[in-house]
Amino acid sequence: MLRFILRRLGFMVLTVILASIIIFWATTILPGDVATMVLGRYATEQAKATLRTELGLDKPIAVQYTTWLGKYARGDWGKSVSTDTAVRPFVFQRLRNSFMLAIVAFALYVPLGILLGLIAALKRNTWVDNAISVGSLAFIGLPEFVSGVILITIFAVELKWLPAQSAIDPQSTFVQAFPYLVLPAITVALTSLAYVIRMTRSSTVDVLQMDYVRTANLKGLPPRRVLFTHVLRNSLLPTITVVAIGIGWLIGGLIVTEAVYSYPGIGRLLLFAIQRRDLQLIQSTALLIVLIYVVANLVADILYAVLNPRIRYT
Amino acid sequence: MEAPRPVFEVEGLHIDYTTELGVLHAVRNVSLAVHEHESFGLVGESGSGKSTLAMGAIRYLASNGKVTEGSVRLGGVELLGLSGKELRELWGSRIGVVYQSPLSALNPSIVIGRQLAEVARQHLGMHRSAALGRVAEMLTKVAMPDPEEVMKRYPHQLSGGMLQRCVIAMALMTDPSLLILDETTTALDVTTQAVVLDLVADLKREFDSAILYITHDLGVITKICDRVGVMYAGEFMEQAELRELFKRPRHPYTLDLLGCVPRFHPTPQKRSLVTIPGAIPRVDELPQGCIFAPRCSFVEEACKAVRPPLAEVAAHHVSACRRWEDVPLPAEHLRDATEAVRVAEAEGVRPEVLVEAEGAEVHFKTAKGLVRGRKARLIRAVDGVDLEVCVGQTLGVVGESGSGKTTVARAIIGLTPATGGEITLRGRRLPPSTGKRPRATLREIQMVFQNPDASLNPTRSVGDAIMRPLTLLGGLGRQAARERAKELLEAVSLSGSYFDRLPHELSGGEKQRVAVARAFAAEPELILCDEPISSLDVSVQGSLMNLLMKLQVEKSTSYVFISHDLSAVQHLSDAIAVVYLGHVMEIGDAVRVLTPPFHPYTEALLSAVPLADPDVKQKPIRLGGSVPSAMDVPPGCRFHPRCPRCLGEICREQEPPWRDGEGEHRIYCHIALDELARLQAETLVLAGEERGA
Repeated sequence: MLRFILRRLGFMVLTVILASIIIFWATTILPGDVATMVLGRYATEQAKATLRTELGLDKPIAVQYTTWLGKYARGDWGKSVSTDTAVRPFVFQRLRNSFMLAIVAFALYVPLGILLGLIAALKRNTWVDNAISVGSLAFIGLPEFVSGVILITIFAVELKWLPAQSAIDPQSTFVQAFPYLVLPAITVALTSLAYVIRMTRSSTVDVLQMDYVRTANLKGLPPRRVLFTHVLRNSLLPTITVVAIGIGWLIGGLIVTEAVYSYPGIGRLLLFAIQRRDLQLIQSTALLIVLIYVVANLVADILYAVLNPRIRYT
Repeated sequence: MEAPRPVFEVEGLHIDYTTELGVLHAVRNVSLAVHEHESFGLVGESGSGKSTLAMGAIRYLASNGKVTEGSVRLGGVELLGLSGKELRELWGSRIGVVYQSPLSALNPSIVIGRQLAEVARQHLGMHRSAALGRVAEMLTKVAMPDPEEVMKRYPHQLSGGMLQRCVIAMALMTDPSLLILDETTTALDVTTQAVVLDLVADLKREFDSAILYITHDLGVITKICDRVGVMYAGEFMEQAELRELFKRPRHPYTLDLLGCVPRFHPTPQKRSLVTIPGAIPRVDELPQGCIFAPRCSFVEEACKAVRPPLAEVAAHHVSACRRWEDVPLPAEHLRDATEAVRVAEAEGVRPEVLVEAEGAEVHFKTAKGLVRGRKARLIRAVDGVDLEVCVGQTLGVVGESGSGKTTVARAIIGLTPATGGEITLRGRRLPPSTGKRPRATLREIQMVFQNPDASLNPTRSVGDAIMRPLTLLGGLGRQAARERAKELLEAVSLSGSYFDRLPHELSGGEKQRVAVARAFAAEPELILCDEPISSLDVSVQGSLMNLLMKLQVEKSTSYVFISHDLSAVQHLSDAIAVVYLGHVMEIGDAVRVLTPPFHPYTEALLSAVPLADPDVKQKPIRLGGSVPSAMDVPPGCRFHPRCPRCLGEICREQEPPWRDGEGEHRIYCHIALDELARLQAETLVLAGEERGA
């Protein structure tokens, strides 16, 4: 088991390095000169050159990359040129906000998705199943900026139950922020919910037809025990993978959703950084997103291995 | 003998399924009774309703299935009125079930001990530790080595034979009144099957259960059952005591089923097998009169008018045939309904050698660890095989799974390149891989695979599949290829109307016929048949073997026929090679290989084959364990760890010599041939009456 985790960790480091190269390379080929952007169009050539030296932009790109990665790993994420503040605390504060949003969304769609998926599977080919399946299919196709606007129209504009936008003070506590989190969380959850439902349903339907479920029934176990001991353990395996991969999806959804609701999270930060050509900020934020994604996948792999004895030690 | 009340009684049972096609009467008016310590065999082709009957009787049906009429009593209790909760109290306690595939019947993510203990906890009211103790006790009863260790394992970590023992132990945990064994040994190797069948026979004596044994294999029936019921399209055709049914069947369907199975009777003369034309009718398209009438060779006009009821024809013997008195003895039927196809060449007159393998080797390396540690290991899948295939003859290749039979064939055709030794075709050396072989050579060797579903492209029509070798290797134009493909379809007894059909519209037997037609399309000299019949029903197996023989005589094509089924191999082959762990153990003329002296491995295989004849006496020689991994080939004689006749040191340390027997016959063993012959005189005693036939 330890070997398995170590191997996966190795792969994870490789993935992160590869991603960091891509991020670095992509940001350096962005059009526009950073020095001009910071100092303005009328700055002297000499001032611009000094700034470039200061930022290390005159060195070969490989050196720039290793210096950047080394500093990043040590926690020195540099200074944002557009806000003139240290990047790390800034990014972490926004990350915390996105995290709060993600948690609320996660707590909504994972249990609900599994529950609805199970109900659909157990009542397969009845109207209940059809309603759940068709409903979830409709949401898969709906992008966040559409569902977000619909939700705002219904719950904020018409019913006035919840605030229409979520531009809160970035330092608000979870309790303070909660009312502003509900609508964006629902928006993010809707797309992922559909995936979890469909995955749970199809894997449960598969497992219900397995011979070992017949064995469990013919052992005379009560239906509830058959479901919890024999069905769920196997049918939730693929769902776990979908949930973990869905975290990547979730981050993508966050960027759009945060924009729709003006919520101060990491997605909006990234958008802001790109608009300002703030290289330090873009690189740091992008790489952090990669890290989160990779760790989520690692956790899913380990969880999968713990629950599925067949893939251990491979 | 006074008649005690049967433990399990089914009377006039009807089972319906509600489907899109309407209500299907899957099982109609069936009755049977099983006593304590008795086992009742349910036989029939697939689709005959045997599993539906068994599962319906214990009320485990899919939600669209329903028992509509009849009565099922277990120990005097009527099952049909019971609620779901009451049924669950019987399932697993009074009723135990053992399934076909033990690997899929056990939950992959729970350890064996816990899965088995569930039964004890549920029905015996035991707590965790007591239940686990009970499991260990049961595993010991089913002769499981090291039960404590096995209980900690997950299903995928055990072999098929061991898993099946676990499932049997689970089923017997509560000393049930009824034990249902559903194709319990079908998925196992012959040698493992023999061990499991012995075990069931022992347990039958030890436990008080009545056994219901479902199988399509008439050979297995003879090992286990006391009474047999033959089912066809949802009804019983005949029920009788085992010996009576085999020796004096009173229904043409039983007679035909017996004729489909090759008799075990090594002889140079090749005869065809009895075939049953057509297929089992769907239950919504049953004929008006006798349901077997459309396929029956004894049919009269009167048979088609009224459906005959099951009637008593002798003591404890019922048949649903109105002409039961005219049903001949199996031996007579075999003589009249089959024909001599050809006689093998007299000994000493050897036809030309077509393909020869000399010291052929297929070695693979395992993947190395990505980072460090694990070294690449050598898998010796085929490890020095010598064999010959003569023109117009069949070489049968037998061995357990994992013996390397298939890899030998793949090396000959070049799909898995040989890594050592030589393979020659008419004296020309063949390059190891297909990529290096010229087209003309590719044309000369073709293959028929085990699973026709996987070997036919599902999106290509039958015609396309057959035309491809014609245009690619035969150099025919499209029009000519079309004509030829239609001729080939006729040759495998499929009409031209099959030309445009897709594989999924065909039955298993029809698909395999298409695969045979495709193999013959290139006009090859050699066809490698890799278990071509093992996925088919008995009746279809017989007609496919007949087809292979007919085409061989017409085109004088050579075959390599790979199978784990010794009866089929002896039926078709002129020569036989017995393979173990990548090496030939014994090879020679079929009759020589199948009569003493045998290699101890051949002897063990022969004594394990369930022969469909209750009068054949087989000395029980059982092999422990399974074929070792080709990564750890034992030193000395590779068979020594499992050999019942191992001599000791010499077998463990030295490679055995090849010993030449009479005629064309060689054995790879340390024991001298006359010594082997002396030891093995009684391995297989064939029934007297069959010999003269």
